[in-house]
Parts: sequence; structure tokens; C-alpha cells
Amino acid sequence: MDMVSFKGIVFIVSALVAVASSLLMVTRKNPIHSALWMIVTFFAMAVIYLLLNAQFIAVAQVMVYAGAIMMLILFVIMMVHMEKGGESDAGKPRRSAKTRIAWALITVVLLGEILLGALFYQMTGQGGEYSVEVVNRVGHVKTVGALLYGQYLFPFEIASILLLVGIVGAVVITKRK
Amino acid sequence: MLQENPSDLCFILSGVLFTIGAVGAILRRNVIVVFMCIELMLNAVNLVFIAAASALSSMDGSIFVFFIMTVAAVEAAVGLAIFVMVFRLQDTVNADEMNLLKG
Repeated sequence: MDMVSFKGIVFIVSALVAVASSLLMVTRKNPIHSALWMIVTFFAMAVIYLLLNAQFIAVAQVMVYAGAIMMLILFVIMMVHMEKGGESDAGKPRRSAKTRIAWALITVVLLGEILLGALFYQMTGQGGEYSVEVVNRVGHVKTVGALLYGQYLFPFEIASILLLVGIVGAVVITKRK
Repeated sequence: MLQENPSDLCFILSGVLFTIGAVGAILRRNVIVVFMCIELMLNAVNLVFIAAASALSSMDGSIFVFFIMTVAAVEAAVGLAIFVMVFRLQDTVNADEMNLLKG
């Protein structure tokens, strides 16, 4: 009975937590509640990354997404007065509400196609050289680091320039005149 | 169906999360919540990258996810700066009322 292994149980639990918390994130009226549920989603996905043997990505997920980005979003939510521009302006009729709902239904139909594809088609492609045993012998972080500073050195440098441009752009945009 | 390497289940989970994010981005009108929905969609794509790389025993998925995270961080910084600036100018964060470019 190795149908339900320990990893399978952990995967199912964290997948259910991710789906439930992302649904709560979308449906909460208060944006701060949305942001907090989003953090729960990020942690559940970090657990799934750990199950998939991507330890570096799991730690980066917690640090970059759940730490940095969500903290930034929470700060901006607290800076911006939501009651002025919230969604509770009951006076005006909702413009183009029917169009939005139609697009949302089309998106759900596309989800059905994705599910059909994931269920009925086998993934093709050749396996690479980084199997679980090979990666675990030297460690995931060391493997990613060797690739980042070797084969992907130029994209890595471009990413650092992108981060610099983002920092300068954010400061310039928010500067008071 | 529950193997040691649940890549099919990861694809399904990723599709569900992407759809939740897309529907949220379409239906919500608070731009910050729309922004969080976009982050959720990016995360769903990251999950596909990691699951496929794990199933194919490749390392490129992790590298791509690293770069996607970099772009998401930059996007968060610049996008939230734009939201703060729009709120100062227009006193709203409702996407329906942001019609400054309409003329």
C-alpha cells in the first residue's frame, strides 16, 4: 500500500491549503486580509517546492515572495486609504460587470482544457543529467550556483542590472516634486 | 496516482491556481488585489517550471524560476510605486476610475 506515501499526504495537504488560501485571497473584501492569505499560499507552495527537490527555490520563495514582496504590498496597502477607493462604492452601477463575468467564465473553460491536457497526455522529452541522486550528492544550492555563475552568467548580470533599474525607478517615481 | 514524483498533480494544481489568479485579476477592481492576483499567476507558472524540471531531471527550471522571481521583485517595486503615485494624483486605487489617459 504505497499508494499514499508520506510525501503524497504532505503534497495533498499543502495543495489544498494553497488552493483554499488563494480562493480566500481573491474573495476577501479587505485587501490586508487578501495579502495575509497570499502569504499562506506562498508558504504552501514553498512546501511543494521542497517536495519536488528544489530546496533553493523553496527558500527563495519564502524570502523573496513571502518576505520582501508581500511586505512591500502590505506597506502600500497601509499607505493608501482603501475606504476612499475601495470596492464598496455602492452608489454607482458596476460598469461592464457582465463582460467581466463572461471573461471569467472563458478563463474557467480554459482551466478545463488545461486539466484535460494534464490528465490525458503524457509528458514527452528526454531526461537531463541532473537527477535527484546527482543533485543531492552536491546539494541543490551548489548546483544552481554553479549554473548561475557558469552557463547563465550573462543573464545573471542582466538580472542584477534589472534590479538596479527597478530600485532607481521606484525611487524616482515616488519622489515628491 | 500518488507517486513519489507528483508532476501531473503539480500541473493540475498549477492550472487551478493560475485560473484563480486570472479570474481574480478580471473580477476585482482594487489594483493592489489585481497585482496580488498577477503574483499568484507568476507563482503558478513557477510551479510548472519546477515540476517539469523535476520530472525531466533537469536544472533549467530552477534557473528560470530564479529569473522569474527577480522580474517579479522588480515589478513589485515599480508597480507599487506607480500605485502610490496614482493614489496621490487621483485619490483612488479603483481600476475603473483610473482614466487619466483617456483624455
